[in-house]
Amino acid sequence: MGGDEMSYTAQDFKSNQEVRWCPGCGDHAVLAALQRSFPEVAEIQGYKKERFVFVSGIGCSSRLPYYMDTFGFHGIHGRATAISTGMKVANPELSIWQACGDGDALAIGGNHFIHAIRRNIDINVILFNNQIYGLTKGQYSPTSKLGKITKTSPYGTVENPFTPGELVLGARGTFFARGLDSEVKLNQEIFIAAAHHDGTSVCEMMTNCVIFNDGTHNDYAAKDIRSDKTIVLRHGEPMIFGKDMDKGLVEMGGQIKAVRIGEGGITENDLLVHDAHTSDTGMHHMLISMKGPDLPVALGVIRNVSEPTYDDRVRDQLAEVKAMSPIRCVDDLLHSGATWTVE
Amino acid sequence: MQHEIIDTQDVVIRFCGDSGDGMQLTGTLFADASALYGNNIATFPDFPAEIRAPQGTISGVSGFQVHIGSDEVNTPGDFCDVLVAMNPAALKANVRWVKPSTTIIIDTDSFDETLIQKAGFQSDDPIEELNLQNHNLVASPITSLTKESLKDSGLDFKTIVRCKNMFTLGMCFFMFCRPLEYTYAYLEKKFKKKPALIEINKKVLFDGFNYASNIHAIPSTYTIKPAVQEKGKYRNISGNQATAWGLIAASEKSGRPLFCGSYPITPATAILEELAIHKNLNVKTVQAEDEIAGICTAIGAAFAGSFAVTTTSGPGLSLKSEAMGLAVITELPLVIIDVQRSGPSTGIPTKTEQTDLNQALYGRNGECPVAIIAAHSPSHCFDAAFYAGKYAMEHMMPVVLLSEGFLGNGSEPWKIPSMKDYPEINPPIIDSCEGKFKPFERDSETLVRKWAFPGKAGLEHRVGGLEKTPAGVISADPENHAYMVSQRAAKVEKLADYIPAQEIIGDKDADLLIVGWGGTFGHLYTALREIQKEGKKVALAHFDYINPLPKNTAEVFSSFKKIIVCELNSGQFAAYLRTKLPQFSYLQYNKVQGQPFIVKELVDAFNEIL
Repeated sequence: MGGDEMSYTAQDFKSNQEVRWCPGCGDHAVLAALQRSFPEVAEIQGYKKERFVFVSGIGCSSRLPYYMDTFGFHGIHGRATAISTGMKVANPELSIWQACGDGDALAIGGNHFIHAIRRNIDINVILFNNQIYGLTKGQYSPTSKLGKITKTSPYGTVENPFTPGELVLGARGTFFARGLDSEVKLNQEIFIAAAHHDGTSVCEMMTNCVIFNDGTHNDYAAKDIRSDKTIVLRHGEPMIFGKDMDKGLVEMGGQIKAVRIGEGGITENDLLVHDAHTSDTGMHHMLISMKGPDLPVALGVIRNVSEPTYDDRVRDQLAEVKAMSPIRCVDDLLHSGATWTVE
Repeated sequence: MQHEIIDTQDVVIRFCGDSGDGMQLTGTLFADASALYGNNIATFPDFPAEIRAPQGTISGVSGFQVHIGSDEVNTPGDFCDVLVAMNPAALKANVRWVKPSTTIIIDTDSFDETLIQKAGFQSDDPIEELNLQNHNLVASPITSLTKESLKDSGLDFKTIVRCKNMFTLGMCFFMFCRPLEYTYAYLEKKFKKKPALIEINKKVLFDGFNYASNIHAIPSTYTIKPAVQEKGKYRNISGNQATAWGLIAASEKSGRPLFCGSYPITPATAILEELAIHKNLNVKTVQAEDEIAGICTAIGAAFAGSFAVTTTSGPGLSLKSEAMGLAVITELPLVIIDVQRSGPSTGIPTKTEQTDLNQALYGRNGECPVAIIAAHSPSHCFDAAFYAGKYAMEHMMPVVLLSEGFLGNGSEPWKIPSMKDYPEINPPIIDSCEGKFKPFERDSETLVRKWAFPGKAGLEHRVGGLEKTPAGVISADPENHAYMVSQRAAKVEKLADYIPAQEIIGDKDADLLIVGWGGTFGHLYTALREIQKEGKKVALAHFDYINPLPKNTAEVFSSFKKIIVCELNSGQFAAYLRTKLPQFSYLQYNKVQGQPFIVKELVDAFNEIL
């Protein structure tokens, strides 16, 4: 295929299937960001469209593969990560993108999720976090807030939620980003960064479920307060936020503090500069855990570290063993070791 | 004592001791030496689930039985001619395999008060308590003799004591007139990097041999002439190794790289271990985080174009059942290997059974048929795995291969086949198509869909667990669902056109047909021969293909007055046959003890019907 044919438009990634999410669902915006970022993603990876595979588990967000005009695999609940792993090991030339929800990836599929991250297999996981089970009509999920009232917790939940980014760090993950459904441009930026990254890229998308959990992210995501309650992190840039870009983050006594620039002699030079590339997890952990009322919620690419991937190691080991072994075919194998001949 | 040399056709010898005593190795070395000498052999390791149970206790006893012969050897034997018991617990746990003529070898050093008590004997004389006074008893201080043999070796006490199994092996080699050379060669290879250990082990082996020849306590030695075997090159092979190799062979013939996603589980683990060695033959293995991930990685690999397999045992198959349904509805090639063990639940993990047949046939939600093949001997695992791969890939469907602990761990000599004698495997791969690719459009003859994997331009499509139309569009349409269910089932049924016809072994004009499947073949076949030796007529139909059944099954059954279905469960195959072929009536012979059949019990049961 020539260079010209390599350039795609968002339209090329739209399948002919009717999108069946509820009107107003946050997933629509994430899908739009994906389709818009994919011409560039394809270009970055030098991939032809036929090398992309979208994999999913079960849940609202897991319908996504049907809406992308690529190869797709709609798996079973929780197991998308395992299916993706097998695909990538089988054919490392594929670019694998996985859609999964908070229940799918963190409850029934929690085991596969952490182990994929531990192995650092080169897949891109888009984790739609709406803090609720939508497709089963409104039960609490592993990311629902403590005390959340749902159909299965009529008096409020009595369990603490996961912060997915903390799981990623706990499993020694190499890439974690957080987006917000309506921040389409930022999400495009995140997907493009994930495409650049070799290894498991976890992109958490905070999505709104209009039917069963409307406004769950509003304490920081509501339009009128969003600039003051979130911070977009970019590698190498000082940590500034706020409607007037007059607030920043500093480190004091091992803790992150929000400050106002100009107050108490603080200048832009005193602010933390984001280092997404450091392998040390300390600062990333603090950034991932930030929340109101005192601190903004961190968005953008928080961690982006370069480490060898599982699929590369599999490939290298295969080549190494092949170079060493005198056994070239099954007939060689059958005759290897102790044998005897009956005359 | 008069020393006697007995020329015999076959001998069964059982080595048993503490699980740390090296009995598995002793048995294997004895079996290998016998195979290299030219005898027919069959082996059966009978070990506990505990890696090192408390020393000297019954639960820690590990056994290894070898059957060697100059004629046909089809089972590891029932009762033993020689029992080697390294401690009182081993004697107690294995006395049930002793017959009146059995020679018993014991290490008197380990028959002290403490160990006799640990084994749960009431008195201080286990021999009398077990009523073994009239047996040929070779009571030797094996531990002391080993210490004496190695007193100048400079080795520490523990290492010296660990060599007592080689001393015992030496005694057995004398008793059965085995040459020592094969074992010397093994030791030289094994301890290439520790040359000191080569000489030490050789010395103990040699001293054991000489001791047995000098003491005259061994009343008779046996010669078992090399068997008349078909000309050719042979090797020993265990069922699990043969399974792994059969899969690699199917990969080579199909040109599809092999992918195995599995989770360790007894007694199937050795297949994953064996595959992990052979990366040089385009084998990729993923030791997954659990059984479900094992099969799901395999399904992902199948979608990506690999010959995908997952290996497990009973409880693991339970965990994989939802994903097996996914493989059925996505119509992807996949081989699922179940090395059956005693259940339910964890059951008795190291003991053999055929109790997963119902699970393989029916253990999934929805209408979800899969093809089922069963292996019937350790070496047959190679062919069974090869054909499971061939049919999975050519017919685009999951195939369950049922093996058994008895087969997986058992071994036998195998005439090495040549890959040129195996058929090609031609999966229905397509590289392009006109218009939109329709994933579930079928070949009108075979009902098989095409395999279009990522990387092929213009074939972009989506599959998944939701019901779809032949074009691959999600559909809840009632008629479409009924159609797709029937097509998937018909595809499995169609496989009957491609598998071999059912053979009848023995007398086609007999009244009684023995029916079996899987790892009981050796016992059923030997029982058939025994009955024929008594001058009676009997036939055997042993099924390798369970679902679908061979097309001539009804024809086979119709020529016999009586049919007895024998299996190591409570009657699962018999129940299946009653559903499939209700026009016949089926007698049953069943055993669910975690142990293989005993030929004698089969012969008695068949004689009762005859």
